[in-house]
This record gives sequence, C-alpha cells and structure tokens, in this order.
Amino acid sequence: MADAHTPVLVVDDLRTHFELPIGMVKAVDGVSFELERGKTLGVVGESGSGKTVLSRTIMGLNIASNARTSGSVVYDGRELVGLTPGEMRQLWGTEMAMVFQDPMTSLNPVVKVGRQLTEHMRAHLGTSKQEAKASAIELLRSVRIPEPEERFNNFPHEMSGGMRQRVCIAVALACGPKVLFADEPTTALDVTVQHQILNLLAQQQRERYMTMILVTHDLGVVAGRADEIMVMYAGKAVEKASTSTLFSAMRHPYTEALFRSIPKTGNPKHTRLTAIAGRPPDLIHPPPGCKFAPRCPYAQERCREEEPELQAAPEPGHSFACHYPVGSEAGKAAYEANLAAGVPQTLAAAGQVQATEDLSVVAAAAEEVV
Amino acid sequence: MAGTGTEHLRQGGDVLLQVEDLTVEFPVGRGRVVHAVSGISFDIAEGETLGLVGESGCGKSTTGRAILQLPRPTGGSVRLAETDLTTLPDAEMRAKRTDVQMIFQDPISSLNPRRTIGEIVAEPLKVWGPHDADEQWKIVADMLEHVGIDPDVARYKRPHEFSGGQCQRISIARALVVQPQVIICDEPVSALDVSVQAQILNLLEDLKKEYGLTLVFIAHDLAVVKNISDRVAVMYLGKMCEISESDELHANPAHPYTALLLGSIPVPDPTVAVEDEVALEGDLPSPISPPSGCRFRTRCPRAEERCAAEEPTLRRINDDHYVACHFPLIDVADN
Repeated sequence: MADAHTPVLVVDDLRTHFELPIGMVKAVDGVSFELERGKTLGVVGESGSGKTVLSRTIMGLNIASNARTSGSVVYDGRELVGLTPGEMRQLWGTEMAMVFQDPMTSLNPVVKVGRQLTEHMRAHLGTSKQEAKASAIELLRSVRIPEPEERFNNFPHEMSGGMRQRVCIAVALACGPKVLFADEPTTALDVTVQHQILNLLAQQQRERYMTMILVTHDLGVVAGRADEIMVMYAGKAVEKASTSTLFSAMRHPYTEALFRSIPKTGNPKHTRLTAIAGRPPDLIHPPPGCKFAPRCPYAQERCREEEPELQAAPEPGHSFACHYPVGSEAGKAAYEANLAAGVPQTLAAAGQVQATEDLSVVAAAAEEVV
Repeated sequence: MAGTGTEHLRQGGDVLLQVEDLTVEFPVGRGRVVHAVSGISFDIAEGETLGLVGESGCGKSTTGRAILQLPRPTGGSVRLAETDLTTLPDAEMRAKRTDVQMIFQDPISSLNPRRTIGEIVAEPLKVWGPHDADEQWKIVADMLEHVGIDPDVARYKRPHEFSGGQCQRISIARALVVQPQVIICDEPVSALDVSVQAQILNLLEDLKKEYGLTLVFIAHDLAVVKNISDRVAVMYLGKMCEISESDELHANPAHPYTALLLGSIPVPDPTVAVEDEVALEGDLPSPISPPSGCRFRTRCPRAEERCAAEEPTLRRINDDHYVACHFPLIDVADN
C-alpha cells in the first residue's frame, strides 16, 4: 500500500476520440493529472467539455466500439488503459465506483433497492446473503435513509429523487471503493437536496479516506468541497490549481467567465450576469489555435493561430493554458486592445464588471449595455 | 406555513395579476386528495417580476399552471387586470391565454421534434392570426432575431439541431409572438449549464424591458430567483412562507425555511466554510396528509408545540416583507 503522499491515480496524456462517419470527435484530448489518496479533484466545464467522458474513460466504461483511447491511467501502480472489460470488472466496486448524474434512471426500476445494494457485495466480496443484507441496511443508515429496514424492500419509484441518489451513493460505496467518481451527482436535484448530498459525499469520503473526483458544471459546487480543481474546455485541461489558488488567482479567461456567470446572492436584484458569449466549439472541427479564442474577451491574433500549452504559474501546483492570462500585464493590454477595437457588447460588459468592484457602478454599466 | 392571510396583497391601480386564496387539489383515489396548493395569495404589479421558490413538490409549478387555468384550480380566484380567469368560460379563457404565456423547464422536450423551428414559432399565430403566411413569417423572423437566433438559418431546422440554450430561446420566441402581458417561466434555466443560464436570464431581462412584460419566475434556486425578481415568494408544501422584496429577503430572511434555502446555495468562494448545520434534513412530507398547523414544523429547527396546533398567517415585518411563522428569525413589528 502506498503512503499518503504517493498519488493513487496518475493520468497522463489521456485521449479519448470517437470515430464518426463525419470525422473524429476529440472528446478528451491530452489530459494529465495526479491525485493523492483522500483528496478531492473537482472537474469543471460546460456540457461538451469532455468531463464526463474523462471520468468514464478512467473507469473503463467507454465500451463503444468507435472509442479510441490512448495515454495512460495508473491506479495504485497498475496501468488501466488497455485492460479488457473483464479485467476492469475486478476493479469496479471494490477499487473504484461511480455515482451518476440522474438518480431517476441509474437504478433498475424493477429490482428492489435491497437487491441492487447486495448484488455486487455478494459477487465481489463473496458475502453471504444475511451478512450482505445487514451491511446494506447499515449502509442505508449511514447515507441517512430513515427506516432502512423498510426501505431495503422498496422499489426505486417509491423514493424521492434525493433518496434515490442516496441509494446510488450507497450502491457505489457498498464494496468499499478507494476512488469514487461523482459525475454531476446533484445536477438533477434541488438546491436543498444538493446541499444534503454534497455533505453526505464529503462525510463518507472523510470516514472512508476515499479519493474523489467530483465532476460538475458549477464552480460554486466545488468551491467548498474540492482540494484541487481542473477546468476543462473542449477536451483539454485549461487550468489546474488548488481550490484556494484557483479562486484567488484565476488565470484562464474561461475560468473567469465560468465564475462570473454564477448568480451571486450578494448582488442587488437585476444585476446583469456576465454570460459567456457563443457556445462550446465543434469537437470534430475545432477552431485552430486556442479553442476558447472565439468566445474570449482577451483573444488576440496569436490566440487564433497558436494553441497555448499548459504553463506553470508562480503559485505551486498551478498551471494554465493561455497566451494572455487574466491578471497579467499582457492580458490587461490584450483586453483593452479588444475593448478599443469594439468587441461584441457581451464581452465588453464583462470588462466593465471586471474594471471595478463597486457594485453600483457595475449595475450602472450593465444598464448602459442594455 | 400558513400563507392563508391576505395582508400582503396590495391595493392599487398597477396590480396586473392577483391570485387570491388559490387552492389546487388532485384526487388520487380512495377518497384521498393531494393538497398541491392550499390557499396561496399574491399579486404582481405591471412590469414586475415575481419569483416563486421552493423545493420540488412544493406546488410552485402547479401554482404557475393554475394561473393559466391548466387545470382549473379547485378554489380561489385569479384576476388578470379586470378579468376573473377562474369564472371565464373555456372559449374565452382560450383567447385570454394569448395574454398569459408559459415557458417550460425542459427546452428540448417542450418543442415538437418533428416540426421545423419556423412552424413551431409560427403556431400561435396560426391560431390567433395574422393568417397570412408571409406576414406570420415576418413576425416570427423578427422575434427569433430578438431572442438571438438567426431566423434564416433556423427556419427549416428542427429542435435536435440546437443546443439546450438555443431551444430555450426558441421557446421564449414562441411564447412572445402573441404579444402576451404576462409570462410564466417554469424553471426555465434549471436544465441548463451555469454559463448558458446566465445568457437566458439576461435575455429574459432584456425582453422584459423591451416588451414591458410581467414575469412569474418559478425556480428552486434562490440565487437565480433573487437576481431576476423584484419580489420573491417562498413556498413550502402548498403554502406560502414568506413574501418580500428580493434584496430584503436575502438580507433579512425571517422564515426558518427561507434561511435554510439561502444556506443551501453553493457559494463560489472556498474561503467560505461549507456549513453542515444549515443542511435541511429529510424530505418533504406527503401532500396527501400534510402536517397539522404549520406545514414546515416537521423539519423546522425552531418548531414548538404551538406550531402543531395553530397555523400561522402572513404577518407584516416591514415595508414589503411578510412572513407566516410563529417564531420568525426577525421580530415582527407590532400592528
């Protein structure tokens, strides 16, 4: 067993491409990261940024015949890329497990919750029926399902969305995995239930000393929960940092744009939100140069020609891929040049918000844009 | 969680929509009834945005649909300007629906996948005119332009060729072609990414200004609702907990439930510790047999005996802030 500071999961230059008749979709295109035991990595990006495909690739769940995976995933000293589904199966449940986005569809509707919980305990761990039932009830209790003995005999439709997601978490935890993937575990749920589920995941992670990968599109969700954050755009990691560094010194314009698009409760009503203009790029024919350039308020000629590589920031463990990073002289100059050249108004609004911290001025500026 | 009071209703000429003591019940067999909405009252002034917030199952969508008489409410009244919609004959109600339009939660499934965008957006016009196809297209194209969709590109495309955010823009265009006064937005951004959500919220604000719309904005996320609304009404299990001007609601939540909702919003700042304490435990009780007294008492950290015995009514706290709670978090002014 590795000690605490050896990474439990090392992903190096992982690529997953899907071959389609109309071209190659580069869903994950060269992602690398390391994750220590007991840590949480937040993977953040819009729909189509490749975050879900990334976690499914690491888990070996991309069984589509047109998927092409290259690169390396080393888990606990063992290479996972290239393992057969049969070999991966040995790892599922006991070593790594996943909680999926939609609790309504990820449980089998015609099988009682109890059997869905005990099935893999019996298969993987060889537990007897009675023992499996006892530990399943214990699990249901630990994910805070009231009256677990009765709930054991329920069908999924007899439970609310939040309860089903708790069951999904219990299913994922049943065989004591060391790495837990949570793929947008709360996107389908209410804000209050989201809060409960995220607390539950954090608590289980602490108790079991699990490594967790939390995939989400909402920077707010990972802010208080992740140790490190990786921001993905068009299949690539565009910024990686520890959570505190990322929020205090974000460098990539995309990270900044994601952050700004969150409605903040502290803002006065009718505060204009800073939306990200446009939409994620076509992954079959991505734009040349930086993939974010067409939507970026900082973009210059160079961005449209030359793709930036991940480069180290002064802070330890912080890297980003941008020619004109946020907060730098070059970035500021690029932004002002764009503003002078009359960039689209949505981008201009972003700048006015950035130029001042005074909310009343921001609100006034937003009014003018309208 | 009473909300049976009407003290918060405003008297005045600019109230466009007034909902009084609205009750919606659905029979579920064996004589049992789901109390989806139990005596909700609120009003909306012209050009105002009212946010309706609450968890799934609190009756907020049912309230939105009941305004449109879909289905007709079990009791209470809905007045649009001078007209009482609840007593309006069906045929007249149908015509009236051009004044009150709706935008739904799931942008993709609310558009017919087999129709082209041109047909989808023109459909309301086919019913209510003008009946000339060229004239219809002129209106549709203009509306698509306003919501940020290129009309010439979109005209012959179908919904699957668009992203979720674009489909929501198309839904908005469809709602607007008949020039409604009121739009009921039923969780219009819940299914969208944060970045797209911001685009749609900005679009709604722009259109509201441009066309002088009055909005009812239904959502479960108080951060979103707070941003777009002038007034926010918090609902719980078919009752109203609190109604207030939105900045005031955020600054001084008076109802324990509002405070819990606010505490559940993820804060995009790692220096703010995630509070375990505020987590709301458990699920919503069954609306078939709601708890006696205050309906929130089973999950309320401040509940006492009185809450089980007596249902609180909405009381004024200050200017435009009303709460239905026996033990509010801030003192209720004597009146």
